[in-house]
Amino acid sequence: MTESLVQVREVSKHFQKGKETVEVLHNLSLDIPAGDFMALMGPSGSGKTTLLNLLGGLDKPTTGGVSVSGRAIDQLSGNELAAWRAHHVGFVFQFYNLLPVLTAARNVELPLLLTDLSAAQRKQHVATALSVVGLADRAGHYPRELSGGQEQRVAIARAIVSDPTLLLCDEPTGDLDRETATEILTLLQALNRDHGKTIVMVTHDPQAAEYARRTLHLDKGTLLEAQAA
Amino acid sequence: MLKLLRQCAALTALNVRTLPQRPGSSAVAVVGIAAVVAVFAGVLSMAAGFQKTVAGSGAPDTAIVLREGVTTELTSGLGLEQTRIVANAPGVRRGDDGQPMASAELFVVVDLKKKSGSTASAALRGLQPAAFAVRGDVEIIQGRTFEPGRNELLVGRAAAAQFTGLDVGSSIKFGQQDWQIVGIFAAGGSIFESELWSDVRVLQPAYRRGTSFQSVRVKLQSADSLGELQAALAADPRVQVDVRSEQDYFAEQAEPVVRFIRLVGYPLAILMALGAVFAALNTMYSSVSARAREIATLRAIGFGPLPLALATLAESAVLALLGGALGGALAFFGLNGYTGSTMDQSFSQIVFDFAVTPELLRQGLVAALVVGLIGGLFPALRAARVPVATALREL
Amino acid sequence: MKYLGLIWCNMWRKRIRTTLTILSVLVAFLLFGLLTGFKNAFQVGDSLETAERLITVHKVSLINMLPVSYTERIKRIPGIAEATHATWFGGYYQEPRNQFGQFPVDPPSYLAMYPELKVPEQQLARFMANQTGALVGRAIADQFNISVGDRLPLFSTIWPKQDGDRNWEFQVEGILDDNSPNPITNFLLFHYEYFDEARGMGRGTVGWFIEKGDGSRSNTDLAADIDLEFANSPAETKTTNEAAFAEEYAKQFGDIGLIVTAILGAVFFTILLVSGNSMSQSVRERIPELAVLKTLGFSSGSVLAMVLAEGVLIALIGGLLGLGLSVAALGQASKALAALLPLGMGLSPGALILAVTYMILLGLVSGALPAVQAMRLTIIEALGRR
Repeated sequence: MTESLVQVREVSKHFQKGKETVEVLHNLSLDIPAGDFMALMGPSGSGKTTLLNLLGGLDKPTTGGVSVSGRAIDQLSGNELAAWRAHHVGFVFQFYNLLPVLTAARNVELPLLLTDLSAAQRKQHVATALSVVGLADRAGHYPRELSGGQEQRVAIARAIVSDPTLLLCDEPTGDLDRETATEILTLLQALNRDHGKTIVMVTHDPQAAEYARRTLHLDKGTLLEAQAA
Repeated sequence: MLKLLRQCAALTALNVRTLPQRPGSSAVAVVGIAAVVAVFAGVLSMAAGFQKTVAGSGAPDTAIVLREGVTTELTSGLGLEQTRIVANAPGVRRGDDGQPMASAELFVVVDLKKKSGSTASAALRGLQPAAFAVRGDVEIIQGRTFEPGRNELLVGRAAAAQFTGLDVGSSIKFGQQDWQIVGIFAAGGSIFESELWSDVRVLQPAYRRGTSFQSVRVKLQSADSLGELQAALAADPRVQVDVRSEQDYFAEQAEPVVRFIRLVGYPLAILMALGAVFAALNTMYSSVSARAREIATLRAIGFGPLPLALATLAESAVLALLGGALGGALAFFGLNGYTGSTMDQSFSQIVFDFAVTPELLRQGLVAALVVGLIGGLFPALRAARVPVATALREL
Repeated sequence: MKYLGLIWCNMWRKRIRTTLTILSVLVAFLLFGLLTGFKNAFQVGDSLETAERLITVHKVSLINMLPVSYTERIKRIPGIAEATHATWFGGYYQEPRNQFGQFPVDPPSYLAMYPELKVPEQQLARFMANQTGALVGRAIADQFNISVGDRLPLFSTIWPKQDGDRNWEFQVEGILDDNSPNPITNFLLFHYEYFDEARGMGRGTVGWFIEKGDGSRSNTDLAADIDLEFANSPAETKTTNEAAFAEEYAKQFGDIGLIVTAILGAVFFTILLVSGNSMSQSVRERIPELAVLKTLGFSSGSVLAMVLAEGVLIALIGGLLGLGLSVAALGQASKALAALLPLGMGLSPGALILAVTYMILLGLVSGALPAVQAMRLTIIEALGRR
């Protein structure tokens, strides 16, 4: 059996809130194979965003280990993590988090600035990413000129432009209406099926979770297995 | 009208009360304007101080007589006979002893070492006995005056403070000659306090001037006798002289330096004020945008655009006046009375005190207010014109 | 370099604010340029020539005259290669406020002492042949529109002719240029011989001497020897090198350097506040965005560097514009005041480099505090700050 892309081993995460210690994740273990599309659900406060952050190297576990493609990311230093993130992870946030001062194209280009590609090559990759999400004609628009759904698609384009191993989405449809949400979820599904992207999606919407291959439930920091779709 | 004023007052109070919430940008405007006013008042206090000392050195009932066509004592030259004619001319007051209150004088420029180490020049003036009668406000504050016929010096207070080696009892060498310091005098804070005095009949041979003088200072019978004296001397073919009131003479002397300082000071202040305007604009724009929601809500409630604009202007003015007061205070407490010195047309050092006058402070406050109003104008317009719906959407 | 686009776009996030900040920096450096140029007008600087020549004046005061006979005695001092003299004529042209330097000199030895002064051969020849001729410095010729062949009346405030008349008349025979790095041409030369014969007082005396050593002895030694030669005589001397002399003289105007520094200090402090505040606001608004960049893989260091680069860019744009304006203004002012300020008001290369250094420092310092504060937040905290 091939080794899983992502391996989470007995991970716990504590936060200090004043004098109290809050345990958000409790001795959690998880395997995510390459090419998976996993939905992560749970009530608020269950720790799903925290788990996502750990997977993306935005945070480190208090105990336990996280490795991606065989690399123990919990052991990396701040700068090493940054470099690792540039090449291996793409993030999609609930509120898009585009830079308002940049056009769509320049927003998508951002991760590529961290590579050695020439300007011409970067332009090409950006064009490709934007056409994959269907926004080639909006390349020169600013975020304030785009609808919520379009902004999210630009965010997705940005997340995939450097061809990362892992796509991490935190409530990607949380701020969108039903119709637009569907478009986004369809796009994510296509990325997974046709382009082989491994996706972990945190959501509180069961209908969104339908688009994934399997759903895991988190409650009070521990996993409850659920049926695969 | 009254309603408008009440709205303005209420809004201004609101704006001002929320100032502490924007400490950073408010401080920037205040400090920026304070700096402008402080520099402005500081530089111009030099001119004011210099003018005060020099122009204030002339008495209204004293006239100074120089050779015709000459503008300063240094370049003037009068013979002994001419000085006698001047002294005996009509219009010149006579003392109780019947002698004219006139002093024919000569001065040379000598090099002295400043207490700060650098060398500078000072005036060594030879006087006649009647000089003290002509110069009514001279007071010996230490030691005694010089004895006629001896190489003795009576040193001005400011000179003694500025240069080394001028203590009573010490001696100093100029060229070939030794001079004894026998006393220190005060002369009402005038320019004379920067001089060294001695007997003119000792000075002349020491500097090989024979019997020539440079000026005659006379006490007029009354302030109106100036014309009489001028006419009499103009009519006399034996002398070619110019008669001026001492006040006019000193005003002329001070003019170049004062003009120069002002020539540099005002443009400097204007440039700095321009910078301050940009700082004020920045502050007010950020104030307006930080409170965009608040402003829109007020508009939605029913406050008119005009009171809102005026309130913004008022806020800017308040900050500016604070800055102006701060800058003025800095200049006053920091520089007023500070002693400076510079060279005059006779190449001697004049000691003067920086004078941060009420007039300067007033000008500074006005400048600050102007900066504040300009800096608040465009932001005020913006505050008034923010489309309510757009601003509320920012919620 | 590829980050420049990102930095540029971020800079203009709030156009008005950035423009005003740039304008403030512009004014600050305009002031810097003007005040520094003004200060430099009072400094002769240290060109090689000025350090080589010595000036000898009357010990008691430079106003007093010295016997012209000293010239030969000075020349005989071992180590002296050349000696010449000059005197302050104290004249003005047309109006009392048009005063500038006019010097009766011994032309051959004076021009040899100042080899940087150049005059066309033909003009020099005519000047030498005309006792009432004058050589006019380029700056004076330009300022008062004087050309070769013109009649030049001067009124001396000090020297009357033997008949008491202070109006002197000369013919302009040539124009003087100075090809040294700091050219000084705001003066006029004429014949001492004519001056001494025609003047009504002070015959046989001169204002000061200028000497040059032959290299065998130090200037300090030569100066000491010259003064020793005339010690205990009726007219004692004081000798210093030319640069020191000029500096001492300038110092008498008051400590211009101190005043200028104080003013500039106040100005820069204020500008720092303004731009620092501006940058602070700008960074604070952007904390979530900076966090996003970090999620994309930009290291903390590179995000910090971009923020600082933005500050430096703003400072450079405003500063270079302001400095450029000041250079242009100083150029104009120098021409207009050529008679008064010989060196004109210019900015030395050193001053320019200093200015640019200040610009960079300004940018770094104003961006540093807010940037560091932003960097302290973890990505998650920063993202959550909506």
